[in-house]
Amino acid sequence: MSMRSLVAITLAILAFGGLAMAAGGTRVAHPALGRTATTEDVAAWDVSIGPDGKGLPPGRGTAETGEAVYLAKCVGCHGEKGAGKPNDRLAGGRETLASDQPAVKTVGSYWPYATTIFDYVRRAMPINEPKSLTHDEVYAVVAYLLKINGIISDGEIIDAQSLPRIKMPNREGFVPFARGQ
Amino acid sequence: MGRQTRKPSLDTHLVAGNGLLDRRHLLAVGLAGASAALPLLAKAGELNIEPWMTTPGAPFEGYGRPSRFEAKVVRTFVSAPNTGGTGSARTPLHRLNGAITPNGLHYERSHNGVPDIDPDAHRLLIHGLVERPLVFSPETLSRYPMESQIAFVECGGNSGALYQKEPADLDAQGLHGLLSCAEWTGVRLSILLDEAGIDPKAKWILAEGADASGMSRSAPLAKAMEDSLIALYQNGERLRPSNGYPMRLLLPGYEGNMQVKWLRRIKLTEEPTMTRDETSKYTLLTPDGKALQFVFPVEAKSVITRPSPGLDLKETGFYEISGLAWSGYGKVSKVEVSADGGQSWGEAVLQEPVLPMALTRFRMAWQWSGGPAILQSRVTDETGYRQPTRDALITRRGSRAIYHFNAIASWGVSGDGKVSHVYA
Repeated sequence: MSMRSLVAITLAILAFGGLAMAAGGTRVAHPALGRTATTEDVAAWDVSIGPDGKGLPPGRGTAETGEAVYLAKCVGCHGEKGAGKPNDRLAGGRETLASDQPAVKTVGSYWPYATTIFDYVRRAMPINEPKSLTHDEVYAVVAYLLKINGIISDGEIIDAQSLPRIKMPNREGFVPFARGQ
Repeated sequence: MGRQTRKPSLDTHLVAGNGLLDRRHLLAVGLAGASAALPLLAKAGELNIEPWMTTPGAPFEGYGRPSRFEAKVVRTFVSAPNTGGTGSARTPLHRLNGAITPNGLHYERSHNGVPDIDPDAHRLLIHGLVERPLVFSPETLSRYPMESQIAFVECGGNSGALYQKEPADLDAQGLHGLLSCAEWTGVRLSILLDEAGIDPKAKWILAEGADASGMSRSAPLAKAMEDSLIALYQNGERLRPSNGYPMRLLLPGYEGNMQVKWLRRIKLTEEPTMTRDETSKYTLLTPDGKALQFVFPVEAKSVITRPSPGLDLKETGFYEISGLAWSGYGKVSKVEVSADGGQSWGEAVLQEPVLPMALTRFRMAWQWSGGPAILQSRVTDETGYRQPTRDALITRRGSRAIYHFNAIASWGVSGDGKVSHVYA
């Protein structure tokens, strides 16, 4: 028997431990049928990136390289320089949030965290071939989107260290909801 | 004079203005000793021997379908430009009755199409702030103790058109159809999290889908432990692909977007991940430019589904006003109906069983005189919260919030029986 199987069996016995108490005092059976995932298993699937940037992969990009990716992969849906049409507008709109006019909610005017752009582009874009961009391409497109929104300048490098440090213009624009609001 | 006196008088049964009648006029309650309307004569030639009475019917089929005469009862849908399955399909609320939505008509909101998932290749990973990351297959989960919950799912953007300054010329499906209710059966998420061993630092979960959009949302760990399910079955059969086959997260009462379909991963975290859909979408922009974030349970709400646009009144007389009420905060405790634009209200009958986080069907008897009417409903839930007027909600939130519109909606009935969406 391999070491790994032994560990799995030991964990299963520990986890099973008979029955656990659930809320209300009823006993819930714990079948403990899940297989323990290895660190490598988890790493391959764990693609979500929070505001602290933990888990951002190696790689880097600038707005210049990002523009080439944008023109090749994004402009068809999001327009020249993120102007939108036929799909979401990605740039501008900053003066529209506190007004009576229609709100133009873009990466620049509305998104509170730059890490979200990396997370979302990597997992979901381009819409017809999601998860196809290299990490360098994702960093570069993120840099381009930040640049066309006036958040960074041309030569700035976006990578795992610099991205979480970007302060988005609408960072303080959100308040947690309380019932009745 | 004889004709006049033979007409039934319903005046003594009125409970509110413009013809709303006492609950005794509903079949379920009964109307002992009250004067019933005189029966109309059957038309000549109405009672025929039809062909289906004299010829053998159709043979069996593996999976049943609705009658061909019900071809109108379908979802309506719109996709984003350059996509085929990014958008939403709406439930035809006005053509259904009861509280349960048939699986083929359950509303759908998808962010990059419906994936064609092979259940043998699908896995659910639970990791993050846990003692041991665990992997489950659908087959493994099928061996766990299961439970069923009847729960509505409502899109956070449902009824969003009512924030607009002018009433949109749409029907109940077009306005409110991102709403459905099913019996969901699956495994308690708390059992799986217990087995993984929760780190006390964990306060949130991140749920992620296996679809092309990789839909991801953060939800409070407390909700995951309280009543959430990994749902495998929907109204008795395996989930439909459009509702998350082979498994979805069910967070009873929470906005639909959080109840991640095609669930492949749950990560326990200390803080919310701040995904695209919980920051740039599903947040409510208020007039001062700030946005309300983490609006999780959908607020108490009700809509009249009949009469409603497309179901015009053909003649004066008795009608049952019927609709749906629900609350993400618990059970419906009362629904009131008005036929005069909210000047007077009568209490509707609630169809049992009334369940928390489930759609509740309500019914009200109505005698339409042939004059104009404005039909409204308002719900009060078990927490005492009462559905607000549209004016009250807009005053508070402005008209650019997009999501979580829950105010009173109005159907206008004109003198010729046409029903349309109005503001009142």
